[in-house]
Amino acid sequence: MIVLDRVRKAFGPIVAVDDISFSVKKGEVLGFIGPNGAGKTTTMRILASLIRPDSGKASINGHDVTTASLDARRFLGYMPENTPLYGEMTVMSFLFFLCEVRGVQREERQKEIDRVVQICSLQDVYYQTIETLSKGFRKRVGLAQTLVGDPPVLILDEPTDGLDPNQKQDVRTAIRVMAPDKAIIVSTHILEELESLCTRSIVINRGKIVFDASPLELKEQGEGRIEDSFANLTRGDR
Amino acid sequence: MIGGFSAIAKRELKCYFSTPLAYVILFVFLVFASFLSFKGQFFEIRQADLRIFFDYLPILFIFLVPAIGMRLWAEERKTGTIELLFSLPVTVRGAVLGKFAAAWLFIGLALVFTFPLIVTVNYLGDPDNYVIAAGYAGAFLLAGCYLAVSIFASSLTRNQVIGFIVSVLLCSIFAFADYPSILNVLSTFLPLRAVEIVQNMSFIEHFESMRRGVIEFSDLAYDFILIAGWLAATTVVLDGRREA
Repeated sequence: MIVLDRVRKAFGPIVAVDDISFSVKKGEVLGFIGPNGAGKTTTMRILASLIRPDSGKASINGHDVTTASLDARRFLGYMPENTPLYGEMTVMSFLFFLCEVRGVQREERQKEIDRVVQICSLQDVYYQTIETLSKGFRKRVGLAQTLVGDPPVLILDEPTDGLDPNQKQDVRTAIRVMAPDKAIIVSTHILEELESLCTRSIVINRGKIVFDASPLELKEQGEGRIEDSFANLTRGDR
Repeated sequence: MIGGFSAIAKRELKCYFSTPLAYVILFVFLVFASFLSFKGQFFEIRQADLRIFFDYLPILFIFLVPAIGMRLWAEERKTGTIELLFSLPVTVRGAVLGKFAAAWLFIGLALVFTFPLIVTVNYLGDPDNYVIAAGYAGAFLLAGCYLAVSIFASSLTRNQVIGFIVSVLLCSIFAFADYPSILNVLSTFLPLRAVEIVQNMSFIEHFESMRRGVIEFSDLAYDFILIAGWLAATTVVLDGRREA
């Protein structure tokens, strides 16, 4: 459902993404990890059609993100880093706006919003303006936004960043509930999240994939500690 | 409708009224529009028309329209919602047109609220309401030109104040392009033909004939080409972000 084929992107002299290829199938939750500046966000932004790759191909549900970007985005729910949202809108009007943009039929909209609100537990803040919400709720609204219209592909850039342990758990639970029917990429700095959430992990360092297997194998490589394995993979060449 | 146009237009329009911005701008505009009209010898000239109001409108718009247009893209860039917006199935053109339409409608609404002036002249005398209607149509188109310039300026920056200043500057240049003082300076180093082109580019020059009740195809074409051109430039700027 998500395919990257030899994708490369450079910003001036800095190569952010260097010849990356991988694919994610339905039912997979791919944990995308790596140090800051490794190229995670750039890869995700390429998949969300926000930047064009210099070379290589990327597609969502069979639609090329460069040549058929509008079609690709119809099948994508994307949560950008830091969860930007329209602060002046209420949760309700924001979700209705997304229904309209994503082409949910008028008579289906309320049902769709009820479904999303249920998954992300937004009932209590449904009528509140987004700028008055706590960080935890904002993240949940950010997650809810990706689910409107039930797109088969989700790309979530640090969905649990800055949340307290309970809120992290809530977001992870919500992702887990949806996982079987979707192809999901989650970027994270939190290594424990890999084990608890992801079926597969890719470690990226300096724009290149340095590891691609299950979180369990990553753990085994570090002799029982994911942290050690991560450090070996990302610090080795410094 | 093209790439999210109506959803974005509706969202923007609602956004104006869910923040104090719309009310502040409406209030300031109406206060100034009425003050300048009535202070500016509205009664003394003893003519039942809105000449004075239409005299001041192009100047008022130089500040009012950029104030409305400055946030359209700068705010999206600053808060990062532009990332969210363009990851949705919307086209850049649809988004630009949607935002433009909402802001233009809002300015239209501001013009509608100046109706007490029309009531006043009709009460005091017997004005030619056709001329007044043509003047309003011209004013609406003039606002569209200013707005297209402002939305372009807004797309260049993430700072609303810079967006505002750049739009005021660009709008002033276009508004006053036919002023003798400016043309005199230009004619010292430009050929006559080029000076004429600059003169014809002036917003106010094209507004002048409409406010006198003369609606000419060339003036309408000028306004629409200008609007389309600035909006296309905005689309190019926003599209260019993807290459960065």
